[in-house]
Amino acid sequence: MSLRRTALTMRRIMQQLRHDPRTIVLLLVVPSALVGLLAWSLQNRPGDFDQFGPRLLGIFPLTVMFLVTSVTTLRERTNATLERLLTMPLAKAELILGYAGAFGLVAVVQSALVSTLSYTWFGLSHQGVPWRVSLVALCAGLLGTSFGLALSALATTEFQAVQFMPAFILPQLLLCGLIVPLAQLPDALRYVADVVPMSAAVHAITPGQSRTYYVEQFAIMLGYIGAALMVGSTTLGRRTK
Amino acid sequence: MSSTLALEVSQLRVVRQHNEILKSLSFDVAAGELVGLLGPSGSGKSTLMRSLLGVQAITSGSAVILGENAGSPALRRRIGYMAQGSAIYTDLSVSENLAYFAGVLGVDRSRVHHVLEVVNLRALAARLVSSLSGGERSRVSLAVAMLGAPPLLILDEPTVGLDPVLRQDLWNTFTQLASNGTAVLVSSHVMDEAARCARLLLLREGHLLFDDTPAQLLSRTGAGDYDDAFVRLIKGAP
Ligand SMILES: Nc1ncnc2c1ncn2[C@@H]1O[C@H](COP(=O)(O)OP(=O)(O)OP(=O)(O)O)[C@@H](O)[C@H]1O
Ligand SMILES: [Mg+2]
Repeated sequence: MSLRRTALTMRRIMQQLRHDPRTIVLLLVVPSALVGLLAWSLQNRPGDFDQFGPRLLGIFPLTVMFLVTSVTTLRERTNATLERLLTMPLAKAELILGYAGAFGLVAVVQSALVSTLSYTWFGLSHQGVPWRVSLVALCAGLLGTSFGLALSALATTEFQAVQFMPAFILPQLLLCGLIVPLAQLPDALRYVADVVPMSAAVHAITPGQSRTYYVEQFAIMLGYIGAALMVGSTTLGRRTK
Repeated sequence: MSSTLALEVSQLRVVRQHNEILKSLSFDVAAGELVGLLGPSGSGKSTLMRSLLGVQAITSGSAVILGENAGSPALRRRIGYMAQGSAIYTDLSVSENLAYFAGVLGVDRSRVHHVLEVVNLRALAARLVSSLSGGERSRVSLAVAMLGAPPLLILDEPTVGLDPVLRQDLWNTFTQLASNGTAVLVSSHVMDEAARCARLLLLREGHLLFDDTPAQLLSRTGAGDYDDAFVRLIKGAP
């Protein structure tokens, strides 16, 4: 493990993004616009935006980073730069952490923008501590990135990679408590809902819970991130059969 | 002494999806040798190169590179590899690509300027790779392979899509690298340029048909030119 090579990889991924300003704009503008749209649509239902708005701050980074990471790593696989890197002295962990670092940074910027706009322009008055919201956004971004890295190995075309998004994200969206409160779910589903990664992100944003509760939710997220990164590095095979 | 051998391939077999792609290949390459790898499309040239690099699993037999087994981590800074197809980041500039790979290899930034000079791409250093022509991209890829000044270069069709002037320049470079002690294995479809190698390996359907000098290729097949010799060898042998 070399910190230098990890940082170089992170910088390289940021450079790739920099040459693609349209993607940067989409990454930053789309989540903000969606939260704004939600605030606007709930204008006549006081209190609802305060309840749903913050949850989106956990859901967006997860979704967006999942998509961006799985497509980027797939591209690295199909254009053979991955094969080239693996014939060089780059450890898989360095590559994986480079990705996590670069997209984690994007997630932070993205969520900082969304939450600033939410608390100011969109009129969010959420009891939650802003720093906790930002931390959740970062973890959610890392969740998306790590799962994107792990699952991109299953895709052989960008078309498939894009299809993983609904397959991975939508079930979690249904079960994370955003649409149906967890307590009202059928028993079997409630157990599943309790353990999907997105629930932890949504729970960690919910205000008014105990300190241990929050610690637990962050621990769940970190556990998932670690596990997915590990799976990701095993699916980065150095040799083909 | 095995230390002067760049490559020792012995009874190398590769089976992919129940197809035997390489059928018991054996050959050695010494340091400082420039070896051309020829064969019809699909004969297994790229597969052979990828097994030497350790990115293609070997079914049986062995490939020892610079004294280490293929795929050993110690080899990762000692083989320069240029894959067929460019294997560079199209959404980065030429110099950003080279700077990243140089960093991964841990070589000095001055090497970047040097290899850009060698492939004659200095003027395009700031350009985005996606805006380059096919031949320009493959030169960037070749530059990456040469970055670490490795003792073994494995180049999969490095001169495809290049004009005769550039091809000649690159072959001069390969010859020069070899005379300085680098072992160079180059695959090619162009017989006339391959004839610049001191030695030719000819693959057909995963068999090694021929392993000798270009002059021997002509005299053994009785052909008037290299293209003809290639055709005779491919069609003639049982
Ligand atoms: N992923 C794969 N799975 C199974 N067989 C494969 C795979 N990739 C290539 N092959 C087969 O392996 C054989 C050798 O392929 P290889 O790419 O080594 O040929 P080549 O000599 O480099 O050809 P070319 O000159 O066209 O580049 C071919 O018959 C090809 O169909
Ligand atoms: Mg090939």
